[in-house]
Amino acid sequence: MCGIVGLHLREPSLYPRLGELLTGMLCQVSERGPDSAGVAVYGDPRMSPPGRATVSLLTGSLTPDDVGTRLGSALPGTAPAVVDAGQTLVVNAATTSEELVAAAKQVLPGSLVIGFGSDLAVLKGVGHPQTLAAEFGLARAEGWQGVAHTRMATESAVTPAHCHPFSVGPDQCLVHNGSFANHATIRRELVAGGSVFDSDNDSEVGARFVAAQLAAGYDLEKSLKLLCERFDGFYTLLVSTRDSFAVVRDAVACKPAVIAETPQWVAMASEYRALAGLPGVESARIFEPEPEEVYAWQR
Amino acid sequence: MAALSTPLETVDEFREVEPAAVDLSVCEVRELNAALHARDVVEKAARWRVSSPDGRHNIAVGLDAGIEVEIDGHVGYYCAGMNKTASVTVHGNAGVGVAENMMSGTVRVRGNASQSAGATAHGGLLVVEGSAAARCGISMKGVDIVVGGDVGHMSAFMGQAGRLVICGDAGDALGDSLYEARIYLRGSVKSLGADCVEKEMRGEHLAELGELLAAAGMDADPAAFRRYGSARTLYNFSVDHASSY
Repeated sequence: MCGIVGLHLREPSLYPRLGELLTGMLCQVSERGPDSAGVAVYGDPRMSPPGRATVSLLTGSLTPDDVGTRLGSALPGTAPAVVDAGQTLVVNAATTSEELVAAAKQVLPGSLVIGFGSDLAVLKGVGHPQTLAAEFGLARAEGWQGVAHTRMATESAVTPAHCHPFSVGPDQCLVHNGSFANHATIRRELVAGGSVFDSDNDSEVGARFVAAQLAAGYDLEKSLKLLCERFDGFYTLLVSTRDSFAVVRDAVACKPAVIAETPQWVAMASEYRALAGLPGVESARIFEPEPEEVYAWQR
Repeated sequence: MAALSTPLETVDEFREVEPAAVDLSVCEVRELNAALHARDVVEKAARWRVSSPDGRHNIAVGLDAGIEVEIDGHVGYYCAGMNKTASVTVHGNAGVGVAENMMSGTVRVRGNASQSAGATAHGGLLVVEGSAAARCGISMKGVDIVVGGDVGHMSAFMGQAGRLVICGDAGDALGDSLYEARIYLRGSVKSLGADCVEKEMRGEHLAELGELLAAAGMDADPAAFRRYGSARTLYNFSVDHASSY
């Protein structure tokens, strides 16, 4: 069991409330995954200011000051700013995300890049989701899109690095409820094709597979159709990029999913109770996604 | 019980006219269920109205008295599970496993139901006015289920007894590994499950279907339905299949 929630805002006047709404949603699925949690926020002006690249890091024993100093030396003139989100640090700088990621890997040994891009901040941690939401400062976050996951680990360790979302391509994000059956085979194929993995989590294989399809030029909808053809097992997936938001379930569809849609927003959650607090939910179109059908929304 | 909007201590004769009201935004589901489980619940309040369910799980489970419970809004998992005698109406959608293992009484969902509606239920009547998702009536053991819309895949899987009436369409593998449950379908079926076959609609079937539709309040012509049941080829081991094992 795991819990998934996601919110894709269409109405700009709701952007300042993204974090507050996502916090409420996340807390409603705490029981589905009380061991750890992760969040992705698109467009927060504090963590990922416009015009600057952003990288999210698990830095181990390095302090925010260490990280800021080292990246400042490595990337002179880019004025790296470090946002302390507890177990995760989010750094933004006036450079490209490729250069920022490369610098982080070079000067922050032992650190793990858990997300990068122009608009995306990824926050992960071990602990109760409600505690983590406070640690992340999630209620203060703003933006146009957010995804969160509560994890009940079944196949790999409980560490921040094993938390969802898995963000392995620029501004990409995947969260998973379920378990893939043939992930080891697909992992070997992806490794042979050049993918480098950060964890032994089966869900990361899904994220790397989607990233490979997107890199090959397919859109998100097509990438998820290819995932359905290739992957066996149980899954409800919520996958996002900076401009799209998509949901897909496996053929058996035993992992739950509910979607609610209004002119102001699209929301998805493992259970309806996570949607019950959203503004205007009483007039939303509410439905469960059909098996192996890809539902995608564009910004 | 202080958090109940209508404290049970104050419930008296006038409740025969006005239902006892419980607001789940100020009261825990456990408190509601404990009140509904009280031995003298029928004397105290035979009718209940529950507001702000907001997708909470286990609302009105395990009822065992001839009471009426109306819930205004969407409910979460296992609503009215194990129901006995009571009549529960959800004015909204129901999450996974509504009326699972129901024994008797009536459960009505005015909206749609998620997967495994009426799972393993032994008796009573479950009405879903909208559509039901996958595995509706899985392992049903005597319950009657009437669905106004469609049902998802693997519905009535291993159904042992009871009737499943579908006014819309059915998804893949309808009635897979069916025992003696009977299925009535008005629309189309995507595919039949193993050992599920169409059967002749005789007079007694038209009659029982007419009764079920009337009980559910569905305005549909029994003559427009087809009947499906077990071919009973999986009941006994066939020696011709020995090489498969």
